[in-house]
Amino acid sequence: MKSTRKAYGEFLVEEGEKNNDIVVFDADLASATQTKLFADHFPNRHFDIGIAEQDMVGTACGMALSGKKVFASSFAMFLAGRAYEQIRNTAAYSHVDINLCATHAGLAVGEDGATHQCIEDIALMNVIPDMKIFSPADEMATKKILKQCLNINGTKYIRLGRSDTPDIYSDIFEFSLGGSHTFGCGADGTIFATGMTVSLALEAKTLLKEKGIEVRVVDLYCIKPVDKFAVLKSAKETEKLISIEDHSIIGGIGSIISNVLSDEYPKKLVKIGVNDQFGKSGNAQKIYELYGITVENIINQFG
Amino acid sequence: MEDLKNIANNIRKDIIHMIYSAGSGHPGGSLSCVEILVALYHHIMDLSDNDDGMRKDKFILSKGHAAPAYYAILASKEYIKKEDLVTLRKYDSYLEGHPSNKINGVDVSSGSLGQGMSIANGMALEKRLSHKEGMVYCLLGDGEMEEGQVWEAFMTSNKYNLSNVVAIIDSNGLQIDGTVDTVKKLNHLSNKIESFGFNTVTVNGHDFDELIEALENAKKSQKPNCIIAKTIKGKGVSFMENEVKWHGKGLSEDEYKKAMQELGGM
Repeated sequence: MKSTRKAYGEFLVEEGEKNNDIVVFDADLASATQTKLFADHFPNRHFDIGIAEQDMVGTACGMALSGKKVFASSFAMFLAGRAYEQIRNTAAYSHVDINLCATHAGLAVGEDGATHQCIEDIALMNVIPDMKIFSPADEMATKKILKQCLNINGTKYIRLGRSDTPDIYSDIFEFSLGGSHTFGCGADGTIFATGMTVSLALEAKTLLKEKGIEVRVVDLYCIKPVDKFAVLKSAKETEKLISIEDHSIIGGIGSIISNVLSDEYPKKLVKIGVNDQFGKSGNAQKIYELYGITVENIINQFG
Repeated sequence: MEDLKNIANNIRKDIIHMIYSAGSGHPGGSLSCVEILVALYHHIMDLSDNDDGMRKDKFILSKGHAAPAYYAILASKEYIKKEDLVTLRKYDSYLEGHPSNKINGVDVSSGSLGQGMSIANGMALEKRLSHKEGMVYCLLGDGEMEEGQVWEAFMTSNKYNLSNVVAIIDSNGLQIDGTVDTVKKLNHLSNKIESFGFNTVTVNGHDFDELIEALENAKKSQKPNCIIAKTIKGKGVSFMENEVKWHGKGLSEDEYKKAMQELGGM
């Protein structure tokens, strides 16, 4: 069990040892985003720009345009939200090679409540041309995806969580731009998930199997470009399609999968996620229950 | 200085010709910053490369709507072909209405105001981190100072004491909805910026001696630098000077002929 943000902080230290070109930016949240781990080891390559996310993205882009391997972090709300236009116009439009690592994504932020629960960032980033979006589910996925990002040119958005997530992947798994991972080959249904919800989907898969229902789980760890091949394969080979995400179902992975389906293989998709609402304060698990982002809700779809 | 004046006059003719050909564009704020660009590109900046293959001195046009002036100065330094200038804003041209870094010589896209100074700071920080030579120049508009990000960036320049950064403000006093004073008020701009930790100097932005002296001093400075260049919007074309309506507007054939005549012919 480890949060993906912690995995991110550890990755920065591990890579920072090997690569002097790695430079990290933060906006007064280094303890929370975990970039402080890097700052403690490499203080001269860590820049805290203060509570000024727009300025942070611009400054980080200037550094990246001069040839450094840049990681810039804040909470998803303030990175994708506050600095949206800087990400669009300064970073993506100029094809800046930069890694925007957004932590505290989704309702799982919990107690801080709606102002800090970003359930729109996938939608915001997805509409930016040529943006690359990753959403790792556990520690291993986070570290392997971030390692890949060092070799993927362009503007990347990496969606990370606050809470601990169970270990899903071992070292033998590989991750790629435009890829996904499918667990199992059940034909009764497919559960599409990403980030925090992958472990919920896998738990549902196990419980459904006990009931004699065989499903597969597709981890869309790369949200853009989305793995169309995997989406269509599952749509063709399985009966029921469900998506579950800690994000608005408007513009989230549910919408993205629906787009793929409507273009090439029209089929019904049950979308579990936040349905046109703001979040609220409370224990993260309780909040997931309130919004229906639960193992039970997945299982009920097969009822 | 006569040479620089001639170059400036030719740049003005290019600007008018480009905007006339395009049928739209921003003549006022392009004409106001001509001397600033000529002083930078034809006298101050070291345009040779560092060992990393990147130019020693960097320039960011934060007030991206002055693209015609930028493209004309890039053409004068042969980054782009002079004959391409008339394709400005056309659908089959690479000369976008606002600068894109697809264009040779343009390091970063701009046009959405307020974003350039942060980028300049990032480039300046990288120079310090990698022990590279060179300065980073950023040209802003005075109306642009209404964007909060500019002030966030000034705080960053100050935090890291980026003495290799020079913010140049093309202070022509006008913006789309009227004078800068009526739209938002920048009173005591120089004092404000100084209080952010900058060496600040105010010059006549059409006087090469004053501009060059200020830019040379900036190279030797121990603090981040700001040059407030007092300019006339639409400078050089009598009917455009200090006229708000010439912020963003194409020219009729008559206006084009009159402007070119004032600038000394086609």
